[in-house]
Amino acid sequence: MHMADALISPAVGGTMWAVTAGLIGYCSKKVKNEMDDQKIPLMGVLGAFIFASQMINFTIPITGSSGHLGGGMILAILLGPHIAFLTMASVLTVQALFFADGGLLALGCNIFNLGFFPCFIAYPLIYKTFVKDADTNYMRSNSIDFKKTERKILAGSIIGAIVALQMGAFAVVIETLFSGISELPFTTFLMLMQPIHLAIGVVEGLTTAAVVLFIWKARPEILSSASSSSPIGRTPIFKVVVGLAAAALITGGALSWFASSNPDGLEWAMFKTAGVEELESPDGIHTSLSAIQEKTAFLPDYGFKSGESNELSESSAESVKVELGTSVSGVVGGILTLIFAVAIGFALRQKKSN
Amino acid sequence: MSNLQNNLFDIFYIDTLACRQSWIHSLDPRAKVLTTLIFVGIVVSFDKYEIAMLIPFFIYPAVAIALADLPFVYLAKKMLLLLPFAFFIGIFNPLMDNKTLITFDLKDIVDLMEFIGFKENIGKMGTIDISGGWVSFLSIMIRFCLTVGAALILISTTGFDAVCLALQRFGVPRPFIVQLMFLYRYMFVLIDEASRMVRARSLRTFDNSNQMRFGIFISMVGQLLLRTMDRAQRIHLAMCCRGFEGDIQMLRAINFGVPETLFTAGWTSLFVILRLYNIPVKLGMMIENLLLS
Repeated sequence: MHMADALISPAVGGTMWAVTAGLIGYCSKKVKNEMDDQKIPLMGVLGAFIFASQMINFTIPITGSSGHLGGGMILAILLGPHIAFLTMASVLTVQALFFADGGLLALGCNIFNLGFFPCFIAYPLIYKTFVKDADTNYMRSNSIDFKKTERKILAGSIIGAIVALQMGAFAVVIETLFSGISELPFTTFLMLMQPIHLAIGVVEGLTTAAVVLFIWKARPEILSSASSSSPIGRTPIFKVVVGLAAAALITGGALSWFASSNPDGLEWAMFKTAGVEELESPDGIHTSLSAIQEKTAFLPDYGFKSGESNELSESSAESVKVELGTSVSGVVGGILTLIFAVAIGFALRQKKSN
Repeated sequence: MSNLQNNLFDIFYIDTLACRQSWIHSLDPRAKVLTTLIFVGIVVSFDKYEIAMLIPFFIYPAVAIALADLPFVYLAKKMLLLLPFAFFIGIFNPLMDNKTLITFDLKDIVDLMEFIGFKENIGKMGTIDISGGWVSFLSIMIRFCLTVGAALILISTTGFDAVCLALQRFGVPRPFIVQLMFLYRYMFVLIDEASRMVRARSLRTFDNSNQMRFGIFISMVGQLLLRTMDRAQRIHLAMCCRGFEGDIQMLRAINFGVPETLFTAGWTSLFVILRLYNIPVKLGMMIENLLLS
């Protein structure tokens, strides 16, 4: 469920980058303040573990397909939400750079979709309501009912994983919709994504629960220290969510305003930074601005596309049609440009090898 | 399993590419990270029906591949392997959006062909209609190639540690950078360990697949996790012995000098020009006028 650069608009990508950067900053500060430096290698190596565990597959009965351990939930249970979020973010960054899963602009979306929901929603609000500290911590409770705790961990992990994945899948749909690059209708995409991720969520929840139980039986102190070192009760999750929503609204609003009220956010920024206003008389700016607007008028603004804006896209499609009346020249020119670009590359390489 | 092992070989290979010597390799990583981000940002800022204006942007990957002496075939193959995802989302566009967007007048083409030298009668005149969906589908594919290509070029001319260093200088929080570097360093170690475990099991079983029953899977993953945590503790002790105080010091001087400024400013202004002016259409119109006049 990785988002790809090709499918998102700069407004959506930029907004999610801002939100994710804020989250990473918040988590880093949190981690720096309350972490003993022993956790630093642990979180790095556990990120590597997430990769390595994908080597080990099991057969899913009946379907014949294979499954492996998923990411966010198990990290949150073992490390607490803040460290888990940073670890997930690093895993996704490596995936984006080396495996080109998603992309650089979509990285913000991907970290949010796959990191935020398991670490800051599913773990504290769902897993923790099922599994209290006293259920797993030998230091705090004298008698632990194994069967009961087993059931609690199982329920907490499965429901948590399902909720996290459903929210993540929903976020993918919303981000794609707002970007307006893909034509998939909202409901169809939703109907495709949610059931698939329900199944994935059940599998991820089962594997997570089984591994957590294995660890709990083999080395109970790991879970105890994880839950006690991350006092989730004190995490002001509400403040975080409100802050993030505000950040998203502000950046998203600003970016989409650039996209709609100006010919282009980029051109607007160019005008601002190039200081054209100071150099030219007001008339000059006006004419040059409108010249650019004319030039780019056939580009429908890439603001947030909603269901009701069909009319708008239709009319813009009309104007595209008009502009591309000279479409043959567009095709000819495009092919020539491509040949030109590739030729420059070849020429440079030839020159190098000589 | 084979998939991940292939990915691992990919990372090894990309690392060797990053160790090569070239002008682009020797640039300050910050210049390359910045240029790549600007490139990706500008490429995705186009409207969804845009094709012609995207094409000149291939100049960046073409020049970078040539200057850095990267294996084009390898990069293309890697991109093709990743294509299905964008393809499956993008392929819905032609199904959903079937309003006619571009109409080709065959007369134009016939004129052009006649001029080039096809003298025989080509047949009946008419128009070819292309729906908006196909146009946006093609646009998605081009965007995909450009953005994925830029990311691959960045990492194979810069290397992961240098990218981390650049990110740190851009103000990314320290714990996250340390986390990234640890992850990268131990990814290889742990994937080796996991593949040894899987191999040991498959050598002792009559079932020749690498997949296993759920129970065995859990104890294998659990064991790997326990070993991982023990390893983390050993690493921490070893680092403490060497004076670790919660931060990794990187011994690598980087300098954002004249070449870096030229590189970033040059590419950025080219991208901005390509964003503002529809060069392919202008070029095509120029040629058409030349030919038909």
